[in-house]
Amino acid sequence: MAEKIGVYVCHCGSNIAGKVDVEEVAQWAGQHIDGVVVSRDYKFMCSDLGQKMVEEDIRKEGLTRVVVAACSPHLHEKTFRRACVNGGLNPYLLEMTNIREHCSWVHKDPAAATVKAKALVSAAAERVKYQEPLEPMYVEVNPLTLVIGGGIAGLQATLELADGGHKVVLLEREPSIGGHMAQFDKTFPTLDCSACILTPKMSEAGQHENVRLLTYAELEEVSGSVGNFKVKIRQKARKVDFDLCTGCGICVEKCPRKVVDTAFEAGMGTRKSIYMPFPQAVPRVPVLDTASCIWFERQKCGACLKVCPTNAVKFDQQDELIELNVGNIIIATGWKPFDCTKIPQYGYGRLANVYTSMEFERLCNAAGPTTGKIVLRDGKTTPKSVAIVHCVGSRDLNHNPYCSGVCCMASLKFAHLVIEKTGAEVHSFYIDMRTNQKDYEEFYQRLLAEGVHFVRGKVSEVTDAARSSTERGKMIVQCEDTLTGRQQRYPVDMVILMGALEPQADARELGLKCGISCSMAGFYTERHPKLDPVATMTDGIFIAGVCQGPKDIPASVVQGAAAAARVAGMITKGKVMIEPVVASIREEDCSGCRICNNMCPYNAIEFDATRGVSHVITALCKGCGTCVSACPAGVITGAHFNNRQIFAEIEGVLWDAMEPAEALGKAETAEASAS
Amino acid sequence: MSDDSFEPKIVGFLCNWCSYRAADLAGTARIAHAPNIRIIRVMCSGRVDPTFVLKALALGADGVMIAGCHPGECHYIEQNYKAMRRFGMLQHTLKAMGVEEKRVQLVWASAAEGQQLAEAIDRLVADVKALGPLGWSGNWAENGDRLHALEDIVKEHNEAMEVPR
Repeated sequence: MAEKIGVYVCHCGSNIAGKVDVEEVAQWAGQHIDGVVVSRDYKFMCSDLGQKMVEEDIRKEGLTRVVVAACSPHLHEKTFRRACVNGGLNPYLLEMTNIREHCSWVHKDPAAATVKAKALVSAAAERVKYQEPLEPMYVEVNPLTLVIGGGIAGLQATLELADGGHKVVLLEREPSIGGHMAQFDKTFPTLDCSACILTPKMSEAGQHENVRLLTYAELEEVSGSVGNFKVKIRQKARKVDFDLCTGCGICVEKCPRKVVDTAFEAGMGTRKSIYMPFPQAVPRVPVLDTASCIWFERQKCGACLKVCPTNAVKFDQQDELIELNVGNIIIATGWKPFDCTKIPQYGYGRLANVYTSMEFERLCNAAGPTTGKIVLRDGKTTPKSVAIVHCVGSRDLNHNPYCSGVCCMASLKFAHLVIEKTGAEVHSFYIDMRTNQKDYEEFYQRLLAEGVHFVRGKVSEVTDAARSSTERGKMIVQCEDTLTGRQQRYPVDMVILMGALEPQADARELGLKCGISCSMAGFYTERHPKLDPVATMTDGIFIAGVCQGPKDIPASVVQGAAAAARVAGMITKGKVMIEPVVASIREEDCSGCRICNNMCPYNAIEFDATRGVSHVITALCKGCGTCVSACPAGVITGAHFNNRQIFAEIEGVLWDAMEPAEALGKAETAEASAS
Repeated sequence: MSDDSFEPKIVGFLCNWCSYRAADLAGTARIAHAPNIRIIRVMCSGRVDPTFVLKALALGADGVMIAGCHPGECHYIEQNYKAMRRFGMLQHTLKAMGVEEKRVQLVWASAAEGQQLAEAIDRLVADVKALGPLGWSGNWAENGDRLHALEDIVKEHNEAMEVPR
């Protein structure tokens, strides 16, 4: 095998040439590396002229391999692969080595940097000899999209796609779409009514010809890969026939059993056993909660059954499994509020008038249990003083180190609502006031003018142990005001804890089903934090909204729309390219030990019991190569990262350590026979 | 053993998604570190076959760094845990071969941790400098008998393992 290698060393202006002696490196490569027939240095390899140079050399000199020593392959690998293709060479016969980020920019000594650059070029040249031409693979994209989560992010994604003429399945596990936004009263900083801006979107999604709603249903299983996912969805039994029900609500009215609603009303109100979570619910089909229903308790009552004019109530309805083929999946599963009982010193659950932010949202919601009156738990007393505690469970190493992003603004909104509705005195206890979006700072200034007392400090305790007559009958918020440096006690009637936004309890589980990863905190990891924030490492799976990280409504809407745009792009293109960097098993040599089977987190390796061998499902393989290094028989090959290539790279990178050469040759044979 | 003029050769196996990008970031942010490390890109720390490490040491490397995403943040979900387990076994083997623990290090660096990666590289270089050259490739040359003895062992082993068909 006599490959003709072309080596190109980039100056990058003075970025590389300022430290590394590029002429020397190019000259050395031409003289010392076997197979190098062209070796050049050039001012800017990535320029048109630089690329043309590569293309022409491939044609004129008959190069069969190309090495470019320049910046990071993450920056320009695509550029030079294209140049190879233009010159008539397979793009996978190029190897880039990084002598800028990994060399000239980080090393002080020019001589040492030059030696290292030579080693890197040598490694790339040795490796490239063993590289093989690979063909990118293409798969068709199914135009149907699955959106998981019917909160504002998921709704936005659904509507963007549906309005663009694409079919969407919107999956929601609660009885109605709407998400947390449906629970809110007002939205910051404009103070417009949350329901007024959300419910039109909900009903639009509910009636859209391109949208199929699956509510009260959960994702069971995902298989397949980009373009062709197979999903299994469990439609939980509503005990109400979806097609027969007209949504008249007589069953709800006549149901004799009332229970505390811990979901939508956050424990502040009640609902019936057969219920719609809220009046504007979409779809308008009630759900029967079998855990509290009298019929399911002792086979009596059946009021709903009797009153239903269309006989839609079906006590014997069972869960149903729905199987769908979709091309792309958008995950917008949102968040759950922090459990404030985890911080016992704040008294939640022990002191009656300590509220969580979700409870307070319901309390001041005009459609909530008190019809919007802000009163204490006794249901009649209007508070005269209210404390709002920021960062409960966020920015706290005992719970969540991250900032939940929305609580500062939400607490400003609460402060405004308290003042507007009750005229009470409001103390807001903050660590830092974070108001960094459009019109947010102005809202803060407005609240300062409205007379809210902002106290900079982390609350150490909320207690009912009074020390003086002014504190008697009140709750006392103990806090160090860090601006005055004094410990202070603030007697108040009501405390609102601004709990953190946490990932859903089963976020990791869903991530595993879909093959995407979570951060330490449990939020889904995006492909690139800045440049690819809604894509994930798994092609065809996108993320939007708080499941990716805490954010407010505008940001969730942006992400929902962004994810939809990405999916629409995939659908329009019709097919997707898959990098051919995948593993393959030489089946004739496979012993069927199945060690590799458990190595793959994507279940891309399947065991064929009849033949007793394993094989790789190429469409599922992501090319990590863990199975390659695990195979005891060495019969798994990782394309573009195979053992030959990496061994050659190791040899090349240690070119100056390989002495004496003779001994080396022996060492290699020993190694070869040992393996 | 320590020698001021000794410049160890370190081979780094860095995963494509986190640690290679951390090294890129160290570059963009001009965070200076020791030039002794020479980086080889692999898709995942889970791709690092223990024989890569042995090969590097056999060819004259004085130390090896394996770097991947932080546990729980692997771009392939959980493959860095496999790297972690393999690393433990590799250390065990290396110890048996008389290779000091600090010559081969496993490091976690996210794509945002250019500074941390640069520090880890400097630490590894300092550790290996203190230990002195490994000189495995030199040993092969000096002691041909040892090499033959090893070849014999391999041969005997292969014969013993052979299953008659």
